[in-house]
Amino acid sequence: MPAPIRLRELIRTIRTARTQAEEREMIQKECAAIRSSFREEDNTYRCRNVAKLLYMHMLGYPAHFGQLECLKLIASQKFTDKRIGYLGAMLLLDERQDVHLLMTNCIKNDLNHSTQYVQGLALCTLGCMGSSEMCRDLAGEVEKLLKTSNSYLRKKAALCAVHVIRKVPELMEMFLPATKNLLSEKNHGVLHTSVVLLTEMCERSPDMLLHFRKVCLLVPQLVRILKNLIMSGYSPEHDVSGISDPFLQVRILRLLRILGRSDDDSSEAMNDILAQVATNTETSKNVGNAILYETVLTIMDIKSESGLRVLAINILGRFLLNNDKNIRYVALTSLLKTVQTDHNAVQRHRSTIVDCLKDLDVSIKRRAMELSFALVNGNNIRGMMKELLYFLDSCDPEFKADCASGVFLAAEKYAPSKRWHIDTIMRVLTTAGSYVRDDSVPNLIQLITNSVEMHAYTVQRLYKALLDDISQQPLVQVSSWCIGEYGDLLVSGQCEEEEPIQVTEDEVLDVLEGLLVSNLSTPVTRGYSLTAIMKLSTRFSSINRIKKVVSIYGSSIDVELQQRAVEYNALFKKYDHMRNDWYFPLPALLERMPIMEKTASNGPTEIMQTNGETEPSVPDTKHLPLVTQPANQANDLLDLLGGNDVVPVIQTTLPTKPASAGGELLDLLGDLSLSGGLAPAPSVPVSQPPFLLDGLSSQPLFNDTSAAIPPMTAYSKNGLKIEFTFERANPNPNIAVITIHATNTTEADMTEFVFQAAVPKTFQLQLLSPSSNIVPALNQGSVTQVIRVLNPQKQQLRMRVKLTYTHKGSPVQDLAEVNNFPPQSWQ
Amino acid sequence: MQFMLLFSRQGKLRLQKWYVPLSDKEKKKITRELVQTVLARKPKMCSFLEWRDLKVVYKRYASLYFCCAIENQDNELITLEIIHRYVELLDKYFGSVCELDIIFNFEKAYFILDEFLLGGEAQDTSKKNVLKAIEQADLLAEENRPRQFFFSLLS
Repeated sequence: MPAPIRLRELIRTIRTARTQAEEREMIQKECAAIRSSFREEDNTYRCRNVAKLLYMHMLGYPAHFGQLECLKLIASQKFTDKRIGYLGAMLLLDERQDVHLLMTNCIKNDLNHSTQYVQGLALCTLGCMGSSEMCRDLAGEVEKLLKTSNSYLRKKAALCAVHVIRKVPELMEMFLPATKNLLSEKNHGVLHTSVVLLTEMCERSPDMLLHFRKVCLLVPQLVRILKNLIMSGYSPEHDVSGISDPFLQVRILRLLRILGRSDDDSSEAMNDILAQVATNTETSKNVGNAILYETVLTIMDIKSESGLRVLAINILGRFLLNNDKNIRYVALTSLLKTVQTDHNAVQRHRSTIVDCLKDLDVSIKRRAMELSFALVNGNNIRGMMKELLYFLDSCDPEFKADCASGVFLAAEKYAPSKRWHIDTIMRVLTTAGSYVRDDSVPNLIQLITNSVEMHAYTVQRLYKALLDDISQQPLVQVSSWCIGEYGDLLVSGQCEEEEPIQVTEDEVLDVLEGLLVSNLSTPVTRGYSLTAIMKLSTRFSSINRIKKVVSIYGSSIDVELQQRAVEYNALFKKYDHMRNDWYFPLPALLERMPIMEKTASNGPTEIMQTNGETEPSVPDTKHLPLVTQPANQANDLLDLLGGNDVVPVIQTTLPTKPASAGGELLDLLGDLSLSGGLAPAPSVPVSQPPFLLDGLSSQPLFNDTSAAIPPMTAYSKNGLKIEFTFERANPNPNIAVITIHATNTTEADMTEFVFQAAVPKTFQLQLLSPSSNIVPALNQGSVTQVIRVLNPQKQQLRMRVKLTYTHKGSPVQDLAEVNNFPPQSWQ
Repeated sequence: MQFMLLFSRQGKLRLQKWYVPLSDKEKKKITRELVQTVLARKPKMCSFLEWRDLKVVYKRYASLYFCCAIENQDNELITLEIIHRYVELLDKYFGSVCELDIIFNFEKAYFILDEFLLGGEAQDTSKKNVLKAIEQADLLAEENRPRQFFFSLLS
């Protein structure tokens, strides 16, 4: 049989293939030749054949039939055979297959070989892919080599020991004696790998850490070595751009970090050297900055004195001005980590951070944005908001949703004046209106309602915005709601803040009707405008026009609109007195909404208080607030929903009882336009007609694209039940918005209720403020909280939750895994 | 370091070194996805990206991308230096290394890498030492060559 072709020859031949098919043919032919060669047990060419097989494996072709051949090569006496054999083992074998165990004996022999390069091959292979069984068998050999005086072998043994410890942590102890004088070596290779080994041991075992800290007094030794590196003159062997062995320096700094963490003495012992490295390291090249970066990480993590911390943050500040974008990226990431603990120090670099918003790199921009929001406070809100709004104008769409949410949150927390707040919101709505989260609409409406003195100004500005552009749905929705509420102010030209505009009732109605017919309006928006038009029937005098519009939509194809129109029609015909009644002194159906009070200062869920009654408001879910106390007025409300006159969905269910239930009806109707769904009906004893409730709740009013991700029970134990409902945040489909509803079936309240959640590393979690801290007993109400989960890899959603509360005087804590997320929530 | 990949601008794999145990199928999937992600990056972007729960550091040298996946506590900037050191070693060994050298001598590229890194960490921080070790090992391999060759020349 002719000698098998050489490796280079094969590579050359395969590269001439012009198509995938041609390549495959060549490969198959060669594989067949190699297979027969293997069958003939040809020792001479085995090495060449396996090498060729490895090449073909890299191209993506199967090569498992070469595994045993690799073992034969390893067992051979020839160095060339061993070299290729071990390489093949590392590439083709893995610890899942039993075949790899056959290597163990060969490796053991080679670890004791007379030639150090063979020993090196064995150590390398073991340290790269040794399984736990192999490591257990061979740990003794590795430990022996760790004590040898041959630095070539010692350095490899150290890294091999790291791998052994990772695979079989219990074996860590046996390497302890060998580490005694590792750091007194002169050889940098041994020093570097020893530091890696010590780092691994300290990270894995707190006992080891203590031992190294107190008994071996590692810190002074490391400080000494580091000092020598910095002070010593030019050493050509280890020099990189004028810095002596930066790899070793970085590794030592990292070990110091672990030793100094939460230990005052150690931290103090390293203060000086850290300051020295921080001030003396050359920053013109990447190497120097790599060392500075590690130094900063160490300073921030140990118990360093404040001067040193300020120094560290200043280094990061300088990094931000560096031309190298990698350095800027690293700086922003680090600053984000420290902004909570060293807020004031980071504030000093605020302007540089804000400049990074204009960077070209996407990752840098994102970090700058996150950091900017973290730095906003009452003092800098005006300036910061200007920059952030400018950023919102010009940034990529992927940022707009998060930026808009951030702006809203910051504005809510720190707005210097109501007018500023409303102006800011207007700006966001007009520039990034289609990217704001859906729950911003109810939040904004509530904010506007509460700014009583700004009503005229707000409605005027919103009206003008509508004239310009009706494509951005959140803006349109808020505007129509406001016009519906405050249309009278608009028409009467009462604005104080700016020049009042002259608008007639007909013009306003033109605009609203325009929304109803426009192709740009979503069904939700149409719902808003129809309701707004209806409300204007009590504020405007052109009632006939409104009546006409309402009756036209009574036969609309859109069932939601149809229902509304029919109900409003009924108000005109049968219940005109309820719209605006002069007989009854109580407030009527379509009058001005009262001020809604907020309990939490931020967060999208609030509790609305009207007429002294509290109702949980949950805008994210498709529910109506439900009055929970058994007052007679409340019962009238529920009767309205369907006590006696139970009728099918599309007809109105207004009872014969007059406006004594007016106050609550008012909220009912107002909230229909806000969240347009039904509340979860807890155990309030009232006859609930199946039709109406089912009918309304089956129609998704918000966010049609999210179509029914089924809710799920995440937790149910000891009377506490937590349900998750889902929504997709438009336009980013990678963000799932989950609202938790916590209810309590026991007879005692659960107070100081805190819900915490953790997700796997590939996800990001944002927990917004809860509606309250008390889960009332007997399902009389619920605590709601919004969770936003970013899932860019579309991996299966998993969550760990921690619940703490006080029940009947004693604290309760529980941890649970939530794994039963419906697939639609993360796909 | 969890793994290192070398690939061309067309996405062809030139070297793969895995320091974590994964099945062949998983390796192929990771390689495919990561190569795609890195090749999609624009030149003005920085050398780091977050991918799954790892940090990825990559740098392009001529027509080859050098891509390393490191853990969260690892220093990205020094990883760039590690990559650079490896390229310098290749350059010294092959004399002005280019992609073709690595294609035709892939096994040597592996040998050099295995002399520089072990288990994902640097064994020796001296360029000279690493190159010397490779040199010696190569000599040892040479000694294994069949002697007949010399005799046939002489006779």
